Amino acid sequence: MHDREAEWTGLMRAALGGDDQAYRRLLRSLAAALRASVGSFASRTGLAAGDVEDVVQETLLAIHLKRATWRDGEPVGAWARAIARNKSIDALRRRGRHMHVPVDAFAETLAAPEPESHVSARDIERCLAALPEGQRAAVRAVSVDQMSLADAARKLAITEGALRVALHRGLKSLARRAAGEAT
Amino acid sequence: MRTDNLIDALVADRASPQPPPGRALALWLAPAVAAAGLLMLVTLGIRPDIGAAAADWRFPLKILIMTATLATGLWLVWVAAHPTGRPALAALAAAPLLLIGGMAAEVIAVPPGDWATRAIGTNALSCLLSIPAFSAVPLAAALSALRSAAPASPTAAGALAGLAAGGIGGALYGLHCFDDSPLFVAIWYPVAIAMVTAAGALIGRRVLRW
Repeated sequence: MHDREAEWTGLMRAALGGDDQAYRRLLRSLAAALRASVGSFASRTGLAAGDVEDVVQETLLAIHLKRATWRDGEPVGAWARAIARNKSIDALRRRGRHMHVPVDAFAETLAAPEPESHVSARDIERCLAALPEGQRAAVRAVSVDQMSLADAARKLAITEGALRVALHRGLKSLARRAAGEAT
Repeated sequence: MRTDNLIDALVADRASPQPPPGRALALWLAPAVAAAGLLMLVTLGIRPDIGAAAADWRFPLKILIMTATLATGLWLVWVAAHPTGRPALAALAAAPLLLIGGMAAEVIAVPPGDWATRAIGTNALSCLLSIPAFSAVPLAAALSALRSAAPASPTAAGALAGLAAGGIGGALYGLHCFDDSPLFVAIWYPVAIAMVTAAGALIGRRVLRW
């Protein structure tokens, strides 16, 4: 696990410095690790297996929006797992289960599954459908439609700057909606 | 949506993240405290006998207790703002311990016949109204700053912000109020600060969700 921590720290620093490749690698690697942690949490607390990927996605979104809260020198894994724990508890609440979850329940899981980066989930999809038109279109173009920023801007007939703004607002709205459903 | 696709969107989002919560707090709090101080000066003003008051042990102790409250609140809220943060709630005992010490000294120094008068004081209503009033802007500022944080418990973070703001309000009010007896401080200041703490918790619960 120490190898992963060192790798993640390096990737995180590079990502925060603007390296998109590093950021993508980091998010994928974290997704795989978190999938294992959340999966094990789910089986212990009764969260449905089908909800695991929803939690993973909400965690990644939160990791992205709150990346400034990571303190250089702090283990990325512990920080990411703390965020995952939060989102897991939110998911439990949303599904009507209130449980006290000790912090240790989110300890690092040793077994890592296949990366499975193509796994699909519904919650974010649902929140996406409820977004304002411009934000929805921007997020959809860059994610589901796999377009580059330039192509997406051209398709939506807006400037790239406007697209970036719409994308950022869209992601923030997604996070807000997902969090809002938790109470 | 496929997780891989979501990741594409996250990578494409190059907007700068919010500033780290510590910096946000520092930026917001100083002007807020200044504004609250100004409000106090303009409405109630510092007590004219502050020189004499400072010579008695009760007044400095009162200010020290309020400072301990706001310092404890600020430290704990900073810890609570982080996803892995586990605020050491034992620290909340610091200000009450000082207060209990003060109460003990007071009941030793003062005959029992005077205790009730000192405890009730003359300014209870002013205390209960002013402290929340002076705490309002600092609380709003702290909550605004915390929106860039990722607290494990938004409610707890909001409550701790309320505690810090209450300590600020209490310190400012304490500079005006003549009721220095620890018996008075022990009853009315905690009530006022508890109101601000509760407000912080209720508001934080909603606005600090992430």
